Amino acid sequence: MLSIEVESLTKKFGSFTAVNSITFTVESGEIFGFLGANGAGKTTAMRMLCGLSRPTSGQASVAGFDVYRQAEEIKQRIGYMSQKFSLYADLTILENIEFYGGIYGLTRGEIKNRGRELIERLDLTGEEKIRVAELPLGWKQKLAFSIAIMHSPSIVFLDEPTGGVDPLTRRQFWELIYEAAAAGITIFVTTHYMDEAEYCDRVAIMVDGNIRALDAPEDLKRDMGLDTMERVFYSLAREATRGE
Amino acid sequence: MSIRIENISKSFVGDRKVSALQNISFQVEPGKIFGLIGPDGAGKTTLFRILTTLILADEGQATVQEYDVVKDYQKIRRIVGYMPGKFSLYQDLSVLENLKFFATIFGTTIEENYNLIKDIYIQLEPFRDRKAGALSGGMKQKLALCCALVHRPQVLFLDEPTTGVDVVSRAEFWDILKRLQTKGITILASTPYMDEAGMCDEIALIQDGQILSINTPSGLINDYKSLLYGVSADDMYQVMIDLKNHNSVVSCHTFGAEHHVQIKSGSDPRTIQHALEKSGHNNVKVQLITPTIEDCFMNLMQQ
Repeated sequence: MLSIEVESLTKKFGSFTAVNSITFTVESGEIFGFLGANGAGKTTAMRMLCGLSRPTSGQASVAGFDVYRQAEEIKQRIGYMSQKFSLYADLTILENIEFYGGIYGLTRGEIKNRGRELIERLDLTGEEKIRVAELPLGWKQKLAFSIAIMHSPSIVFLDEPTGGVDPLTRRQFWELIYEAAAAGITIFVTTHYMDEAEYCDRVAIMVDGNIRALDAPEDLKRDMGLDTMERVFYSLAREATRGE
Repeated sequence: MSIRIENISKSFVGDRKVSALQNISFQVEPGKIFGLIGPDGAGKTTLFRILTTLILADEGQATVQEYDVVKDYQKIRRIVGYMPGKFSLYQDLSVLENLKFFATIFGTTIEENYNLIKDIYIQLEPFRDRKAGALSGGMKQKLALCCALVHRPQVLFLDEPTTGVDVVSRAEFWDILKRLQTKGITILASTPYMDEAGMCDEIALIQDGQILSINTPSGLINDYKSLLYGVSADDMYQVMIDLKNHNSVVSCHTFGAEHHVQIKSGSDPRTIQHALEKSGHNNVKVQLITPTIEDCFMNLMQQ
């Protein structure tokens, strides 16, 4: 089953084409890596798929809903987290869970049950009343991810979720991603860590608003005759002619 | 010594006391690139702020070019360049105005030290009249570096200059630093990206306010005492679960297309291979590998 279907999707800002007619599909439960240099158009594309930005032309459906006409339905069926904005620092762990559970339309009972599961899964039992500001970054990010999928969305969008996180926690974070994907949630993820590109089922590499490559990491490496995703990315991204 | 840090400690008191730096000591020789490598919250920025005389340590001493960070703070401010982790130039001034402003503050002109910033400034020149706030991330980073260099500092402090920047721009930035080094400038740079450690002459690994190790990049790798194996097979996620449950495995970490596996001393790596094959894994490969800086970091974190 297709989770995301994109055809000739384009976004222009005045005379500048941020995203230039991109076409791809993502299967349900797939871990889809979305890579590109700063300014390649990743964030613009992601905003269109989340129903936050109206495309200039082209088609896209997310979880079966059209990005032009059904943006609100899309927002109810996706999760989102980023490195920059994730949780409310001045609220406690439990308050964040209750707040987001409410926003996502869960019942009080569901919030209570799923919140308890989530806290146990992350080994945070007894810490529920700590303000999020006091958690180490790695914990914040694991908590933010778990909250972003608390309402069992069809798809979760992760925008550089592991930036600046220590190497052990970064790996624990990916274990959470694998578990979510195994439970059928589609993962759409951007990252600057090229080892993480290897963990994706397929990877799209954007250069100057276009998708320059799209395949499984092992196929990209084989086709380009390179031994790591870092080299694959480097050889494509350095052709970029535009800045951010 | 260009930078000397002795037993520096610093705590912050908020809702509860946070020990940002605990008894930190290291030295940087003139003309070297020294890397401070660690995740967010390790204490890197606090140390930069102490060395650039912006905050005071609770305990310990530090000197920059033999000047004391407390007594001689005015002298230090004249001879160092500082690029904070957060973009701190004037967003409402143009590229050229920012550069002129910083040159004037330090009693110099762009022309006087132009040969030092030329390589970087050439890339900014097409945007010289653009407001700094309207620049792209990569260009902001280059402008900030130019402003930190315009008075020809003896020591350059760069706090996470490459964070959030893509692989290509990161490589370009390190090329620039290597060229600055040839001009005799001492550089202390911090980064959360472990792969950048190899660009430094010497590195300190830092976590939770404590230094885990100080060494050259190659020395750190040579100090990794255990044998490390790269393991791959078709179903990498299941391989990781099976390896973590195997009784001769000490640790198993994902590393891109491989898992890096440390096994108990005296164990035979072939038993791992056989166990995985017996559990039905296909295309199992187990080979001895050289650890990376990230392997060393995780190893030290777990000790």
